[in-house]
Order: sequence, then structure tokens, then C-alpha cells
Amino acid sequence: MADERAGTSGAVGPGGTDGGTGAAGLHAGAVGIAQAVRRGELRAQDVLEEHLAVVEAREPALHCFLALDVERARASAAALDEAVARGEAVGALAGVPVVLKDNLCVPGLPATCGSRILEGWVPPYEATVAARLRKAGALLVGKTNLDEFAMGSSTEHSAFGATANPHDPERVPGGSSGGSAAAVAAGMAPIGLGSDTGGSIRQPAALCGVVGVKPTYGLVSRYGLIAFASSLDQIGPLTATVADAALALEVIAGADPADSTCLDRPAPVLGPVLGRGVEGLRVGVVGDLVEGADREVAAAVAAAADRLAGAGAKVDEVAIPACRYGLPAYYLLAPAEASSNLARYDGVRYGLRVEGEDVAAMNAATRAAGFGREVRRRIMLGTFALSAGYYDAYYGQAQRVRTLMIQAFADAYQRFDVLLGATTPGVAFHQGEKLADPLSMYLSDVFTVPSNLTGQPALSVPFGTGESGLPVGVQVLAPALGEEVLFQVGSSLEAMAPRGGADGAAGQGTGQEAGGAAGQGTGGR
Amino acid sequence: MEPRISRDQVAHVAKLARLALAEDELDVLAGELAAVLDYAADVAALDTAAVPPTAHPLPLANVLRADEVRPSLDPAVVLAMAPDAAEGRFRVPRILGGA
Repeated sequence: MADERAGTSGAVGPGGTDGGTGAAGLHAGAVGIAQAVRRGELRAQDVLEEHLAVVEAREPALHCFLALDVERARASAAALDEAVARGEAVGALAGVPVVLKDNLCVPGLPATCGSRILEGWVPPYEATVAARLRKAGALLVGKTNLDEFAMGSSTEHSAFGATANPHDPERVPGGSSGGSAAAVAAGMAPIGLGSDTGGSIRQPAALCGVVGVKPTYGLVSRYGLIAFASSLDQIGPLTATVADAALALEVIAGADPADSTCLDRPAPVLGPVLGRGVEGLRVGVVGDLVEGADREVAAAVAAAADRLAGAGAKVDEVAIPACRYGLPAYYLLAPAEASSNLARYDGVRYGLRVEGEDVAAMNAATRAAGFGREVRRRIMLGTFALSAGYYDAYYGQAQRVRTLMIQAFADAYQRFDVLLGATTPGVAFHQGEKLADPLSMYLSDVFTVPSNLTGQPALSVPFGTGESGLPVGVQVLAPALGEEVLFQVGSSLEAMAPRGGADGAAGQGTGQEAGGAAGQGTGGR
Repeated sequence: MEPRISRDQVAHVAKLARLALAEDELDVLAGELAAVLDYAADVAALDTAAVPPTAHPLPLANVLRADEVRPSLDPAVVLAMAPDAAEGRFRVPRILGGA
């Protein structure tokens, strides 16, 4: 063990601060773990057990998971170690524990989408992203909690109970990918996958103090992702570091014959752009993506802009007034698409059935019983927006606003390489705080929905803590297929983020408690 | 001002959406949907006569593949997860008028 631990000390990705005194894999991040496992300096089985110890210690208080897959993960880790011992080549994520949002399909594990309507359904097929992670040597620890059908910003809309924020269990982890965000923040796995329809990766990443990336629409195959709003949904990583997010995206991105909306192009190569700096890059600070944010959030964006300028970027302000129409347009388009996608849950082919005297009564009784309140609300909203007499005024009008949004961002990218704004209006809010007022919950997404409407990539990176002591994220936005410049700026911001607060991903304080409880000793942080 | 959606409309939409909602939920939804539609009033009021709609961020084209037989999901596995199945098919309550 001692040798293996020593072996990781030089293999830490950017943002890692492992002094070599901590446990073998916990602080090395995905990049460090995979490198050490490939070299035979670290056993995948040891890495896995360390992370499972964190799961055991913290899961009862956090409730990140809807299903664990420990035995298969152990078998995969053992097989991987044997392959390394035989001198065989292993993949880019060899020995890296991963977690998947429970709207991604993996055979042998339930896929609930956080809904009663799918309870007990076990998918007979594997999501392309799950297959790519598996083939790259990643170890699937489990499926994570989410707002039902990914509709929500707090994970409180899960039919199976809420998830707590590792930085303060009284607060939400954000959503809808709250289980993956909390698991990564707590150190249960270096990589989680989520889906982002209106901010569902970036918003929980910001609230949990981790990195979250919504890639360009179509860059990552959605085969095996249970659909919410098909013109907006995109899968992406939540990770402790920008380097880990880059590695994860390189593995999961790229053309897939099983998804006709997946772009026919290879995965981006992102390693070389990390740490390249921002000298000469044109950065536009979007006032419309900060306006209305709490003071501590606005201060973080201003500080990030200052530090980018200090590092040689050409920073200027830019107005994109169309942003103000983004959220209302989103809350017409996404529910409309959802009302169509969720028509398939009719009590016929899978999941719940509530009997009725004829098939229509059975459908309606099943759907009323199986869908939770928020999903029913969105189906109603979307059905209305698409209904005769209202289609043009609501759905059609929102589609036109989408065009305006695309044009407005295209104009901005004439002058800037990347844009900067807040990820969320505030830090993690209290459990229950926004449940009674749906519109107040929807406003959590106000800065994230524009990128979904335009199909462009965006990333949230932790940028210190606010006055509250809770993590604050800043958002970087780039033009379509601009992942290279997105990660270039993201890695710079990570390196220049204020230290001493929620620095790194394991969660200060709470992470150390977990380390102690799991017998991990002093830790390197 | 007249609410943007009436309770009768909410009941009609529930029927379209195949949701058997309780009476009290219809009341609650009428208020909640009206609040969201109020919020979207700015969008509904925009002059967009010259703006084409965008349904999808990518210029999508049909993707075709060779018309050849490939393995599909095992019907037994799929039907085993159905609420009701018989004779290799999904079984549902009667659709047309009584026998």
C-alpha cells in the first residue's frame, strides 16, 4: 500500500492539492487515478474500496443514490487489475469510480428517473455513454438521485426523497442532477454524469462546488438517456476538476449511429488546452447573465473577470438583452416537448399501471398516480402551450424567441471568444424554500437556459465561497463546438479561483469528517 | 384582469394530457399555470413577425441506414416488464365498446 500511495503523489490533475499523504485514490482525481492504475502503481480495487468507504460513511446523511452496483464494480475492478498485471492495455478511465444520473440506462439496474411511474423497470439496453465509460475502464458505483424526469432545480422533486448538499445538509444540492453533484462533491466518485436541459448539470455543480459541463448539443450521444425535452437535452460530466471533466468528455463524446441527433464528428481533444492560459483571448462579461444575482455571486463573477484580465485576457462588458426572454421561452418549450415525450408513460409497456374501466381511463389513472406534482404541472403547461388556439401565442412565439437568442449570441461571438456570467442567482438554498412557489424554483435556471436554447456549450467552475461560506460557481459560455476554448478558460479560472473556501471538490470540513469516519486518516488537504 | 387560463380550460387540458386529476388539484393548477403564463407574457407580446421559428438547434437531416435485419430486443425480456402481457403481446383493457 505504501508504495502505491507514494505513486500517486506526482499524478495529480490541475486543481488537485494532494500532498501525497492522503489515501491512494481519493485526492488524485480521475486523471491521476487512471494514470496510476495504468502504470500498475495503484490497484483499481483499492481505489474502489476507498470510494465505497466514503459512500458508506456519507450516503445515509446525503442520499445521493437510488441504486448501488457494488458487486459488479468490484468484479470490474478485479478484472482490470488482472489485465494490468498481465500487461494488457487498459482504457483512459481505468479504475476511476463513476456515478450516473438515474435517467441513464444500464442493464441490470433499475432506471427510475426519480419517478414512481417507472419503478421496477430494468432497461434491456445500455446508454452509449455508459458503454463508453465501461469500455474505458471506469467502475460504475451506482445510479444517482434526480428531480423526477429531470424536472427541477433542487432534487426535491424525486419520488424517492431529496438529496442533501454535502456542504450543508440543510440545503439542496441543486438539480436536477443533484445526486451526481453531491456524490462528486462528497468524494464518492471523481466523475458523475448528468443531463442538462435548462441547467441541470451546471446549477447543481455550482451549488455543490464542483465543475459541471453542458457540451454542445449533439456532441454526446443521448441513446439510453430517458428523454425530457429532446431539442434541449444534453449529457455531460460533473467532476472535481476541469481536467477530469475534459477526460470524461473525451471518453463519452463523438458520433453514434444509435442517435441520429448526435453530430457526425469525433470527440474533442481537450488535454492540450488545459493550462494554456488566456493571453489575448477576448472575454465578454454578460451583464444580463449577472443582473439580479445575489451580491456574493456577482462579486465572484467580477473577481473572475478581473483575474482573467490580469492574466492577459481582453475583458470587456457585453449586453445580450435577449437573455431576458430566455427563461419564459424555455418554460414554454421544455414543457411542450416534455408533454410529448412523456406521452409514452401510459401503463401499457412498462412500469406502473392503475386499472381503469377502459384504456383511456387506465392511461389517465396511471399517469395521475405515477407522475409527481411537478411533472404533472409541466405536462399540463406544455399541453396547454401546444393546444389549439394557444399554439401560436405560446409555443410558436417561444420558438421565434429561440431564433432571436441564437442571433444575439452569434452577434456577441463576433466580438468575443468566450462569454462569462453567473451560473446561478444565488448559493445553495434551504430544503423546502422554493417548493411552494414553482416560479421561484424556475428562476434558479435563469442564467443557464440560454445555452440550452442556442445549443452552445457552457461550463460552471467553482470560484471560491461567498459570504455564506457556501460555494459559488461562475459560468463560461462558448460558441457551438467551442469546447476547446471553453475548457481553456475553465482551467484558467480553476487555477485562479480564490483558495481557502470550498477549494477543491471533496468539500472542506465535511470532506474531512468523511475521511475520518471512513478511516482515511489525516488527509492531504 | 381575466386570468390567462380558466379552471375549465385546465380541466380540458388535463383531459388532453390523459391525467385524471383531483378537483382540488385543478384549482391549484389554474393558479400556478396562470402565474407561469403571466411570466411569459413578455414573450407572447413580442413582435416576431419577421423572425422564423427554431425547433431545433441543429440543421437535422434524416439519417438512413441499409435496410437489413439486425438483432432486436428479446421480446420475452421486454414483455416480462410490462404490467400485463399475453400471447407475446402487451395486454390492455378494452379499447372499443363493450362486448
